Amino acid sequence: MTTMDWPLYEVFIRSKQGLDHKHCGSLHAADDNMALRMARDVYTRRQEGVSIWVVPSVAITASDPECKDEMFDPAADKIYRHPTFYKLPDEVDHM
Amino acid sequence: MTGSREHQEYLLRLADNPLVLGQRLAEWCGHGPALEEDLALTNVALDLIGQARLMYSHAGRLEGKGRDEDAFAFLRDAGEFRNFTMLELPNAGPNAGGAAEGDYGVTIVRNLLFSSFQLLQWEALARSTDESLAAIAVKSVKETRYHVHHAAEWTIRLGDGTELSHARVEQALAGLWPYAAEFFAADTVDRAMADAGIGVDPSVLESSWRASVLDVLSAATLVEPKEARVRSRGKFGVHSEHLGFVLAEMQFLQRAYPGGQW
Repeated sequence: MTTMDWPLYEVFIRSKQGLDHKHCGSLHAADDNMALRMARDVYTRRQEGVSIWVVPSVAITASDPECKDEMFDPAADKIYRHPTFYKLPDEVDHM
Repeated sequence: MTGSREHQEYLLRLADNPLVLGQRLAEWCGHGPALEEDLALTNVALDLIGQARLMYSHAGRLEGKGRDEDAFAFLRDAGEFRNFTMLELPNAGPNAGGAAEGDYGVTIVRNLLFSSFQLLQWEALARSTDESLAAIAVKSVKETRYHVHHAAEWTIRLGDGTELSHARVEQALAGLWPYAAEFFAADTVDRAMADAGIGVDPSVLESSWRASVLDVLSAATLVEPKEARVRSRGKFGVHSEHLGFVLAEMQFLQRAYPGGQW
């Protein structure tokens, strides 16, 4: 059957107003609008969110895990950049 | 408040429809054409069964004889059910045998035809003088709106799809269309309920229904089938041979173990 022709989409859900959309999974769908409907049916059954983004997976460019050493390790010893030297007030301290 | 006989009858008609369609849609569980559609159809089924439950509970309280939702769903025989004949047909279509594999075109078109009607019904019933019924309608209208959109999007893609999908959904539409006439056949119960402000006379919904359904069909490059010459009468308890099988499967457990709980 031609469900094999359906492109893959990544699904992002915002759990409530003001927060960011989080990646929660992927699905195959025939087109953008169907992907949105399917994401609603598959990923919001248990009140997971109030907003859905679907993005064709081919639109996403991802960093190569093989290169993670050169991409991310050099930042580790530059402590003058790290935001760890002041205490946030409790009201905003969920970052 | 104890309801009149007409009021009871009216509520059971409203409850039997989503129960029977929900039961048919549940047959797709584990057999959907794609995982996402498996979930979509069973979500629709759960919405419908939820609507039936609320309506049966309301009818039971109104009747005042201690019957609960289970009594209405599991302990009535086919002749007492008031659902439209269209909803009891096999998922494979009106001419299919009971064991035939479901046809997605039939399933989607049936959802489109019935949900479009149900949406108009709920919107009107939100103004019912029966407060419980109005509350059920207000909640259900959101669910049904989604059912209509889901069915419409699929109808459009199947109709305006490949030659094969178009042919199959056209056949599904031709098979189901004659059963839709029954939706709008008003009787004394409907008129009594409309007069009392409790219900809505279904004949007034027909032109809006046609407008919205034909809109979808034309986007799907489908033509309205010819008008039916025979009208089904499930609403009056005269059912096809299929309802017996649906109820046998649904009711078996309750009847084999009366009052059983787990």
